Amino acid sequence: MRIVAVDESAEALGIAPGMTLADARAMVPDLLSLPHDPAANARLLEEVADDCDRYTPMVALDSPDGLLLDITGCIHFWEDENDLVSDLAARLATHGFTLKLALAETPDKARALARHGGEQLSVRRGVPPGQVNEERSPYQPALPVAALDLGAEKTTALHRAGLYTLHDLATRPSAPLAARFGMEAVTKLARVLGQEDVRITPRRVPPPLFFTQRFAEPVARTPYILSVLETLAEDAQHALRERHEGGRQFRASLFRSDGAVHRLAIETGAPTRDPALIMRLFNERIDALADPLDPGFGYDTIRLDVAVTEPLGALQAGLEGDVDVGQSLAGLADRLATRLGRQRVRRFASGNSHIPECAGFTLPADAPPLPFPKDAPDPGEPPLRPLHMFDPPQRIEVIAEVPDGPPRTFRWRRETHIVITHEGPERIAAEWWRKKRGHEPGEAGLTRDYFRVEDRDGRRYWLFRHGLYGAEKPNPDWYVHGLFA
Amino acid sequence: MSDPNAALMRLKRRLERLERPKGRGAGLFSLGDNLDVRLGGGLAYGALHEVCAAKTGDHATASGFALMLALKAAGEKPILWVREDKGERLNGHLYGPGLAELGADPDRFILVCAPDTLSALRAGADIVGTMGLGAVVIEPAGAAQALDLTASRKLVLAAERTGIAAFILRGDASRFASAASTRWQVAAAPSVPLSGDAPGHTALTLDLVRHRGGIVPFSTLLEWDRDQQLFREPETLSRAVLPPAERGQMAA
Repeated sequence: MRIVAVDESAEALGIAPGMTLADARAMVPDLLSLPHDPAANARLLEEVADDCDRYTPMVALDSPDGLLLDITGCIHFWEDENDLVSDLAARLATHGFTLKLALAETPDKARALARHGGEQLSVRRGVPPGQVNEERSPYQPALPVAALDLGAEKTTALHRAGLYTLHDLATRPSAPLAARFGMEAVTKLARVLGQEDVRITPRRVPPPLFFTQRFAEPVARTPYILSVLETLAEDAQHALRERHEGGRQFRASLFRSDGAVHRLAIETGAPTRDPALIMRLFNERIDALADPLDPGFGYDTIRLDVAVTEPLGALQAGLEGDVDVGQSLAGLADRLATRLGRQRVRRFASGNSHIPECAGFTLPADAPPLPFPKDAPDPGEPPLRPLHMFDPPQRIEVIAEVPDGPPRTFRWRRETHIVITHEGPERIAAEWWRKKRGHEPGEAGLTRDYFRVEDRDGRRYWLFRHGLYGAEKPNPDWYVHGLFA
Repeated sequence: MSDPNAALMRLKRRLERLERPKGRGAGLFSLGDNLDVRLGGGLAYGALHEVCAAKTGDHATASGFALMLALKAAGEKPILWVREDKGERLNGHLYGPGLAELGADPDRFILVCAPDTLSALRAGADIVGTMGLGAVVIEPAGAAQALDLTASRKLVLAAERTGIAAFILRGDASRFASAASTRWQVAAAPSVPLSGDAPGHTALTLDLVRHRGGIVPFSTLLEWDRDQQLFREPETLSRAVLPPAERGQMAA
């Protein structure tokens, strides 16, 4: 067993990562050790990243122990960048984290400074790109070549060549460097020096619009939180109206003062910017929570994201105050979908298939519709398809006069039904063209013979025999697939 | 002493005020001559109607009856159907092509699948309280004890406000009280066979168990005419009994 990480006091005693646990125990007999749990570390990092969402929506993970925050355009709540960084440092330090922080104009430079820049809990400030000049040296001379993250082999090679710091590299022409250590070394050098800017990939997609409210004192009362959300929704309404857009998806993030983040998301079936509607859906969402919102010691930041937007023109109210069926139906569907889940509000869809379960199925109500053909069934015909369908079909035991004939009696759910009238078979072959070797004999799948039957009580069933007797299967199974009204 | 007639009139006026206001739902929808005559014109909009399956095995037929009532009530407006997960497992899914075979347009339907009875009733109450919809079928699984007098009264009040026709589809609920205007008990009935002994049109035995308007309970055997969208008496001699030879002549 080897040591993966140590704390400060252990480090002071001379214990270092990579040592075997037995060696460390020999040095410090009463050493406290805990098993390494990378999954828990990853979870913790995710939580910290969630908490950092309060500073910027652009947070990226630098696993296993780093976070990159792009705070471009996010500092209007603070005096300057340093103020934001000290706020972040103070917040995380209260949770007992030891930090290495760096602030720079590009993500790679900040990362290199934080990881290889020296002392802990240090706040460094890079030089704004405009002020960079040769005399002030555009790079941090103290940074070792390891900051390029080229791997142990190339780092050793650089050391052998007598190059120890980025200064050594930057003062040399890049062509020999590329020839000797690869193009990668040159690109990385440019990035770490801030000459090339690569944006981070945030862990959440940044919303097109977001509105933040910070509080001097944490707030805990749900009605107040809702009223703040409403204010933010009104801000969103103005911004959306200017853009001629409406939101399809809204997310509220409630940042608790102890670092926990509660997120509530709502979706609407049609683009909207009506604060009343948005708030009604948020109320539904809060009501539907298994556990009520736990504000703990209160929330100190509330953010409303408009995560998905769609074009929406100005609305003109009807003169007579008529009820618009489409609109009231859409509003109702949104409310139900918010409370019960999107998957639970459905509509019928028809498929272009003769396999019964593929010909008619249901989809979420907001999915693109697959309408049914509008031609009326043949007049005078009884219903040929059942009102209720079992998916999967339910197995039954059938007695038929001849193995490939219609059923005489069948047993379903522990009851025997005597067939009085029947119609069939309606033969539905398998879709051989969907199978890889379906065109070869015996590979197409089993044919179904459907029978419409009525039993002595007048109940009507849709039964099928799965497989042609003798040709496809020696002893085909029977199923009940549906019930007629 | 005042005139006793005047006192009577005063009392009558007071009662009128106490009586619930006439909502937008005042009106009846027709179900075909046979039933309309017996029901005094049809069933009421803005009211709650209960459809109970006589036995567990009659659920599909009761479901069909609820669908037919909803079709008659809704006209061209959307129909919502609230179901419960338990019922979906027991009775199967509603099947779009099957709805079309009974004369419905499946695209006008919205299905709501609730995880339990309470949320089904809540969703139902929400729908009943929404303006501009055609009809709603609320289908709690089994007899649904949770749907008691209070719960059904809430649905009735909401339906009166919006004028929607609301239908409850449940198992045998004769033990439970309800504020519904009518309660029907539905069982499957043997259909009149078509040529070749094929099962015929949907036939049902309807029992009007209760009617708030004072209609005397009755029992009747009816057939659903999909093409004209109404209930009719089953013809004992179906038109399809002509031998194939004669049919050939008619075609010629």
